[in-house]
Amino acid sequence: MADRDTNAIRDMGSFYQRDRAWHPPAFTPQYKTSVLRSPQHALLSLEGTVSEMTGPRFGHGLLGPLDNDLIRNFAKDSEPIGQRIVVHGRVLDENARPVSGALLEFWQANAGGRYRHKKEAYLAPLDPNFGGCGRTVTDDDGRYWFRTIKPGAYPWPNGVNDWRPAHIHFSIFGHAFTQRLITQMYFEGDPMIWQCPIVSTIPDRAAVEQLIAALDRNNTLPMDALAYKFDIVLRGRRSTAFENRMEGN
Amino acid sequence: MVQKLDMLKETASQTAGPYVHIGLTPNWCGIGGVYPEDLGRVMVGPKAKGERIAVAGRVLDGSGTPLKDALIEIWQADAAGLHNSPLERRGVADPHFTGWGRQPTDGATGEFRFETIKPGRVPYKDGRLQAPHITFWIVARGINIGLHTRMYFADEEAANAECPVLARVEHKVRVPTLIAPRAEGGAGPVYTFDIRLQGEKETVFFDI
Ligand SMILES: [Fe+2]
Repeated sequence: MADRDTNAIRDMGSFYQRDRAWHPPAFTPQYKTSVLRSPQHALLSLEGTVSEMTGPRFGHGLLGPLDNDLIRNFAKDSEPIGQRIVVHGRVLDENARPVSGALLEFWQANAGGRYRHKKEAYLAPLDPNFGGCGRTVTDDDGRYWFRTIKPGAYPWPNGVNDWRPAHIHFSIFGHAFTQRLITQMYFEGDPMIWQCPIVSTIPDRAAVEQLIAALDRNNTLPMDALAYKFDIVLRGRRSTAFENRMEGN
Repeated sequence: MVQKLDMLKETASQTAGPYVHIGLTPNWCGIGGVYPEDLGRVMVGPKAKGERIAVAGRVLDGSGTPLKDALIEIWQADAAGLHNSPLERRGVADPHFTGWGRQPTDGATGEFRFETIKPGRVPYKDGRLQAPHITFWIVARGINIGLHTRMYFADEEAANAECPVLARVEHKVRVPTLIAPRAEGGAGPVYTFDIRLQGEKETVFFDI
């Protein structure tokens, strides 16, 4: 109960200002599609109101038993081809506190770098046993994990010879709509990360490094799957105790 | 040297890319059998209180071309102005209304459509009431970080005129980019909300 009260109080302060210099700007001409899709006016800064400081919550009851197992959730007659991996980590806020009950959704190409999507034109074949989507909800410590195969790199129409490094797309729902985030996870040791026009939309090298999952030998499943560790940080909030004092209460 | 603040940096955003539907609306893009249904497809239960409305529109790029690969999420209060969220402290929201929707823009026409209810008014932080509104979040290929905006209702003139958030828009000529006109359709009222990413009528986007 005490814990719940602490959480309730923690969840009421306003959010820290988003560090827009850490995120990619909207207009990044090396990523050509951004040119016509980037707003040019300044964003209107708005301290969160209750409209954005609340958000939907997704319970563990939403999940089916195979939702976090991309090796089996679409498999027809056998398992998908590719390097078997486990991805695990924690969702934390900027105060380094775990975010429990966060919904994570992932999508990725198959081992050959091909997506299962009608607008996808890459010549690498579909894998009949691989769909490419999964989801999970973090536990009380903010932990999550899922099993999949390592996606392949793929070429894409931007420059005449641009390739994406191997990556997994992540969508993350924290507790408030202001925390909504979509990002991509890369793999330790991949030289293609540093040649990618989408990665390079992020101005700060340290911010890119935060997107690179570490090979985690201690958590490999012996004789089964390699493990990668990927922690995610969502926006944090002020303590309301502070805010009340600031307001002279 | 000084002591370190024990703060983490928010994970940087990356574009949702062209295949966001695989992850977020897999049934819509033909990946059946993984989830029973796509999340956020249905917001309104049969017993939900409030006026049923539809919200439809397009997301237009700087050339005026609709995006056919965008994904939109909306979040709003119920008819009484309460959010279906554990963080809602002012009361208990209508359990038959989720308040959260997720829809792709159509692959051929670029149109999106939400079946929802008209929200009630929600207070600003100083207690004044905001005009009824729906919070929008837009992601797509070429959008590096999700865009937040709001849709207001053209038939709420008095409330819009006193909304403390609309009052924050410095260039009043841009306020209409946030206001959706209402039309009475055969299936009920439809509000049309076109979102312009660029150009003369660029929509007001928020840093919240
Ligand atoms: Fe991708």
